Amino acid sequence: MFGWFGKISFVPFSKVQDFAVHLKDGRLMGSVCKGCGYATFPPRADCPQCLAGEFDFREIGGRGKLYTWTRISAAPTGFEDVVPYTLGVVDLEEGGRLVAWIGDTIPEGEIRIGMGVQVVPRMMEEREEIKVYYTIEKPGTTWGKAPPSG
Amino acid sequence: MSRVGVIGIGHGKFGRRSDATVQELAFEAFRLAVKDAGIAREEIDASVVAAVPEYHKQRSVAGVVQEYLNLNPAPTWLTEVACASGSAAIRTAWMAIQSGLHKVVAVIGCQKMTELSTGEILALMGRVGEVQWESVFGTTFPGYYAMFATRHMHEFGTTREQLLQVAVKNHFYGAKNKNAMFQKEISLPTALASEAVASPFCVYDCCANADGAACLILADEGRARASGKKVVWLDGVGCASASMSVLRRPNLVGLPSAVEAARQAYKAAGVTARDIKVAEVHDCFTIAEIMAYEDLGFCKKGEGGRFIEEKRSYVGGSVAVNADGGLKAKGHPIGATGVSMAHEIVSQLRGDAGERQVPGADVGLTHNVGGIGQYTFVHVFKRD
Repeated sequence: MFGWFGKISFVPFSKVQDFAVHLKDGRLMGSVCKGCGYATFPPRADCPQCLAGEFDFREIGGRGKLYTWTRISAAPTGFEDVVPYTLGVVDLEEGGRLVAWIGDTIPEGEIRIGMGVQVVPRMMEEREEIKVYYTIEKPGTTWGKAPPSG
Repeated sequence: MSRVGVIGIGHGKFGRRSDATVQELAFEAFRLAVKDAGIAREEIDASVVAAVPEYHKQRSVAGVVQEYLNLNPAPTWLTEVACASGSAAIRTAWMAIQSGLHKVVAVIGCQKMTELSTGEILALMGRVGEVQWESVFGTTFPGYYAMFATRHMHEFGTTREQLLQVAVKNHFYGAKNKNAMFQKEISLPTALASEAVASPFCVYDCCANADGAACLILADEGRARASGKKVVWLDGVGCASASMSVLRRPNLVGLPSAVEAARQAYKAAGVTARDIKVAEVHDCFTIAEIMAYEDLGFCKKGEGGRFIEEKRSYVGGSVAVNADGGLKAKGHPIGATGVSMAHEIVSQLRGDAGERQVPGADVGLTHNVGGIGQYTFVHVFKRD
């Protein structure tokens, strides 16, 4: 299922592969170690601190600050059709960092390092296979969530 | 501790070498190094080959290189840590000699990058970063360093002009290096007007893929002294790693692996940053050289832009940096680069660098970075 994550997937399998299912449902998940409580994003199955191998997913709000960014003009294989695109690195309020595309709600001229941002789960439309990702948007941007399962 | 000396060096022409295979490139550098060392080939009791495998159709390159150099049955092995593979080979040769296992070791850095099609290059380019969480968004090698540059400019006021002055300097020296891929000077306006790659970078902020090889012959202290040559000693080896994912770094304005590798190398060699007269640093992108000035202690963090603007890294400045043209003008055959850096420092410390000679060069270093600082090797060299 992890193959759902990203425009191109290089990693079809992972111990945290349900991340992609949650993302499809509109939820951004970090991990919390069952052994020592170490919480991080992106999620990881194995604790770098206490070495435990059991974890829970924990939903994060996705608010953060833009740490740095770049506008890519020379694209690698698989991204030729979306070039140019803008990448940002976000320091998440709840800890951890992510890299993602800066979305339509933030025009390039308005990008500022340190600005507040909202990370938003996304699904690629008009494609036969499921492709999920997330983008960096203005604070207050909303999106749909599937009802909690189980 | 006894010392490890460099007794022979060789360097081939870097560039688009459509005339040669990877082992033929290796031979060019090896031939020169063996002649320079003045030794019988039979004395070489091991070789370490540095090459990044995914660029070659030939798998297990060390095997074909060892055969072509007629070094069988001496042992050989490959080192790979991306763009720092060459320095990893030097480090393992140093370890092999210090352990007493080997006495004379050939280090061969070689790479043929231009055999791949543009499509294959672009596909590789899409997997330079951490592939699970980062490459899925189309991150690229210039894109990563560009994000360092954006942040460095934000925190310290580093300018586009200062970044490109690194390229202007390195082309200035590359024009005087017969082994360089680009032997021509460039002007700042030309550099500023080049095509966008990943903001703030344009073409002249980036080094180029290339083919090429370089070779060192290292020997234990006794054999090195017996050579009767001007021996250059590898007295400080430093090496450190940092997270593959840039998301796990403390900041994106420097390379923590470079700071740590430099600390180790300075300590081992009993020197400080102020003692370094000549340095080869890993200028894969312009910001990388500016961060290297800071990480190596040539100036304070944040002052790297001013350091190049004031020409303090030119020959005649406080430390001559990349007086052979650097990756920017020489080209960057990734397996060969670390060995090429060592070649230049040995040449400078011997006083053999011709019109690029740094006056009074007695202590020099190489700073060779793999990937986006996942691996850094700093090596301090001294002359007698």
